[in-house]
Amino acid sequence: MNPVIPIDQLVDRVMAELERKLAPSNAATAQTAKTANPMPDIAAALPEVAESITDGERIAHVPDPKWEEGLGELLASTPARIGVWRCGTRPLTKEVLRFRCDHAAAIDSVYGTVDSSLLDEFGLFTVETRFGNTENYLKRPDMGRIVTDEGVERIRSRCAAKPQVQVVVSDGLSANAVEANLRDVYPSLMDSLQAYGLSAGTPFFVRGGRVAVMDPIGDILQPEVLVLLIGERPGLVTSQSMSAYMCYRPRRGTVESDRTVISNIHRGGTPPVEAGAYIGTVLKKMLEQRTSGVNLEL
Amino acid sequence: MKLAAAAFGRTFQFKDLKEVMAKANEEKSGDQLAGIAAEDAKERMAAKLVLADLTLGDIREHPLLPPETDEVSRVIEEAVNEKIFAEVRNWTVAELREYLLAQSTGNEEIRRISRGLNSEMVAAVAKLMTNLDLVQAASKIEVTTHCNITIGQRGILAGRAQPNHPTDSIPGMTASLYEALSYGIGDAVIGINPVIDSADSVKAILATTKEIMDKWRIPTQNCVLAHIKTQMKAIRSGAPADMVFQSLAGSQDGNAAFGIDVRLLDEADELIRREGTGTGPNLWYFETGQGSELSAEAHHGIDQVTLESRCYGLARKYKPFIVNTVVGFIGPEYLYDSKQVIRAGLEDHFMGKLQQLPMGVDVCYTNHMKADQNDMDNLAVLLAAAGVNYIIGVPMADDCMLNYQSTSYHDIATLRETMRLRPAPAFEQWLERMGIMENGRLTKIAGDPTIFM
Repeated sequence: MNPVIPIDQLVDRVMAELERKLAPSNAATAQTAKTANPMPDIAAALPEVAESITDGERIAHVPDPKWEEGLGELLASTPARIGVWRCGTRPLTKEVLRFRCDHAAAIDSVYGTVDSSLLDEFGLFTVETRFGNTENYLKRPDMGRIVTDEGVERIRSRCAAKPQVQVVVSDGLSANAVEANLRDVYPSLMDSLQAYGLSAGTPFFVRGGRVAVMDPIGDILQPEVLVLLIGERPGLVTSQSMSAYMCYRPRRGTVESDRTVISNIHRGGTPPVEAGAYIGTVLKKMLEQRTSGVNLEL
Repeated sequence: MKLAAAAFGRTFQFKDLKEVMAKANEEKSGDQLAGIAAEDAKERMAAKLVLADLTLGDIREHPLLPPETDEVSRVIEEAVNEKIFAEVRNWTVAELREYLLAQSTGNEEIRRISRGLNSEMVAAVAKLMTNLDLVQAASKIEVTTHCNITIGQRGILAGRAQPNHPTDSIPGMTASLYEALSYGIGDAVIGINPVIDSADSVKAILATTKEIMDKWRIPTQNCVLAHIKTQMKAIRSGAPADMVFQSLAGSQDGNAAFGIDVRLLDEADELIRREGTGTGPNLWYFETGQGSELSAEAHHGIDQVTLESRCYGLARKYKPFIVNTVVGFIGPEYLYDSKQVIRAGLEDHFMGKLQQLPMGVDVCYTNHMKADQNDMDNLAVLLAAAGVNYIIGVPMADDCMLNYQSTSYHDIATLRETMRLRPAPAFEQWLERMGIMENGRLTKIAGDPTIFM
């Protein structure tokens, strides 16, 4: 495997580590979020069985460690699944199930779909790429970069042309990421744009999109800047991570290094509300500097 | 060279060897993405029929990537022993398969014939083999290597301790390493993938692993899997590295995408021999994996199995201590599901072994691939039966830094028990001294990382 780690992955890892270190304060944030939930009663009434095994505090299972305190020290130093003990040479049942739960969440977010009522809430209409189905989406990344003819027509007829800021949302590799973050990230992005006096065009949702779908959309609508909120490849730490890819005048032929990305947007990473505000700031700078990606000074 | 086959009531005509090689592959999403895969099952079989009747001479005389324009081809071409090639040049690929599988053909015979084969011939025969063929042929081949200790002997299954950490925290890596050692894992290498690709970071990690090895007198070798240039910088500033590491591609421009070429590898080879801390003579660790050339747009229309085999042809030049194919890391656009990953793992292991490489396999998958841990259990058992030199050990198979799943410390311990395999002899003796293992089985204290605190 290539040992050179892109900076966004590096940030992911640092954030994942921070998340772990800040676990108690995260719990507090989650509490606040729950209070703000429009239906607090239902949220409170729901049993959170799955959460207790996947988000619960890690406990060492070594029955008779040579140094008890040392074991705690080891566990605190890494998110790796250590101190897990064994039955024969196999891991204990709860540890196997915890692992499988994390994987299940990751799988479901790849194969899941975004609820249309969520999209309706923000007035997002839907277009599709030529992905066809999830299997083809995974095998043919090139198809996720092409909007169907019908979709192109819909974008042309429904969207304001040449907007200052074009917002696009896509499921990408995790529908779960959109479901978990859109309600927080989208309004705060809109607030941020308004605060900077920037105007947004007509937002929409792309089903089966890849990052480079930004380019053909750029060709159609010719925005000054475009931001794509898209689900990331899920990991076992979280399946809810979203990225915001931003580009100044995206067009066919735009190279990766022209894009600016904020990754790791989720409850335990960059909080979505903060991310929304920050995206607005980055877009403002792009418009001022008339560039994006490696040439943008943040 | 006959490029047509009559089958299913019609004639299938192929335009060149490249097309036959690609279409004779078992189904792989990467070949489909490249637009070179067989159209359907019948065309796939027709390509296999054509390939079966081609001679090894045909394959050598029709290079897929000419040595004049590609240095990987040059390295492979220059390594062919002409006398041995002359003995087999009129064999068909079908005959090569049957020779490898014959009861009268053992390790010594295969070792000799391998010197007359190029990487394309090796790939060609793999395309005609079933999964069990690949297991059996590979199991005949014993490749032992020595860095600080010897691994690869028949009946030995070594493990790489891969105690990665998402922020390169030294205490965090140390914790995972203690856990690995307590399960008897780490005889292949203590190998860490750093997040930060800087010489200082590499040096700090090498120094830490070396200190732990010295303190507990652990008979193994250390390595940090940074870019080769970074490792060289670290070694020149005094970092204690037993081995150097690099990812390889099967074409010159694929390697260019990795930021390497043969000259740089030669330079690193000289450096590790002069400035490395390993005993040798085997001082390299290489990683490969089907699909990396396509991902770098450096595949030249050649299929991913053949390109993978060419990685091994290049690796062989440097007499590595360990090589492994990171089989399921690259993603579903190259290997879609568990069927494809399992096939690729067996192909890679066989093709490497046939080129006399000390093959390990990173039995692994990403979360957007149609595979799960049960599939990894299956592939690990198949590879253990095939005589794989080592596999990867990650805490509970979950690499919290690279964000993929591999095999666990538990898995290696389990394979050893169920398949009657042992750790590397020198390492097992150390495990016995530490009280972690007795008569090839883990003791009561195994699994307690605090024994190293």
